[in-house]
Amino acid sequence: MPDALAPAISHRYSAVMTDPDLQQSLQQMRPTLLRFAMLQLRNEAAAEDVVQETLLAALEGKSAFAGRSQLKTWAVSILRNKIVDHLRRGSREGALPLVDENGDEDFDALFDGSGHWQEAPGDWGDPATVLEQRGFYDVLELCMRALPENLARVFTMREVLGFETEEICKELKMSSSNCWVVLYRARMRLRECLQLRWFGAR
Amino acid sequence: MKSCREVHRLVIEGQDRKLGFTERLAVRAHLLLCTACRRFAAQMALLREAFRRFPGD
Repeated sequence: MPDALAPAISHRYSAVMTDPDLQQSLQQMRPTLLRFAMLQLRNEAAAEDVVQETLLAALEGKSAFAGRSQLKTWAVSILRNKIVDHLRRGSREGALPLVDENGDEDFDALFDGSGHWQEAPGDWGDPATVLEQRGFYDVLELCMRALPENLARVFTMREVLGFETEEICKELKMSSSNCWVVLYRARMRLRECLQLRWFGAR
Repeated sequence: MKSCREVHRLVIEGQDRKLGFTERLAVRAHLLLCTACRRFAAQMALLREAFRRFPGD
C-alpha cells in the first residue's frame, strides 16, 4: 500500500474509534440484528457475516444519520441491503429446488366436498395486541425455521424484504405460477403453525 | 357465489398480485356474509403485519 494513503485511512478509522457511544449502541443491537439475519439466511456463519458488515458500514457512515433514536431503523435498513446482496449472490450460485406444483401438499383437506371450511378459522384477535405479547416473535421464528428452505426464502423476500412477487420470480428464476404456489404454501403453513403453537395453545 | 375454498385462495393471492375487479368484488361479497373467511382474511393480515414489524422490540 502506498504510504500516501496511510494517513487518510488511519484518520478514517480513528474517527470511527473515537465514538465509543455509537459502538456501544450498535453492539447492543447486535443480538436483534443477528436474529433478523438468521431468520432470513438460516445459516449462522452467513448471518454473522452480514451483521458484521452492517456494523462496520454503520460505523463508517455514522454521519449519514441524524439521531440515536433512528439508529436501529438505520442499521436494519443497512442490514436489509446486505441480506438482499447475499441472497442475490446465492441465487447466482445455485437455483433453489423447484416446488412441485401438483404435489400432494395442498390444503384441500381443510374444506369439505362443497368447499366449506371443515373447521372454521379461529379468531386471532387484534393484531396490535397480539404482536406486543411476550413470546409471540419466538413462536413466529420457530414457525419460520420449520418451513422448508425454498418456501422460507421466497416468503422472506416477499414479506420481510418487501420485494414485489415478479421481482422474486425473476431473481430466483421461477415461473410466476411456481412463485404463487410457494407463497401460498408458506402462508398456509405459517398459519397452521401459529394456530397450533400460539393461538391454540393459549 | 364463490366457495370458501375459492375465496381463501383469492385472499392469499391478493397479497401477492393485484386481483381483477370481478375477483375483488366476489371476495368482498363473500367476506360480507362469511365469518369464517373474514377470520381467515384477518389471520393473513396479522401474519403480514407481524413480518412488517419484525424485528420489533
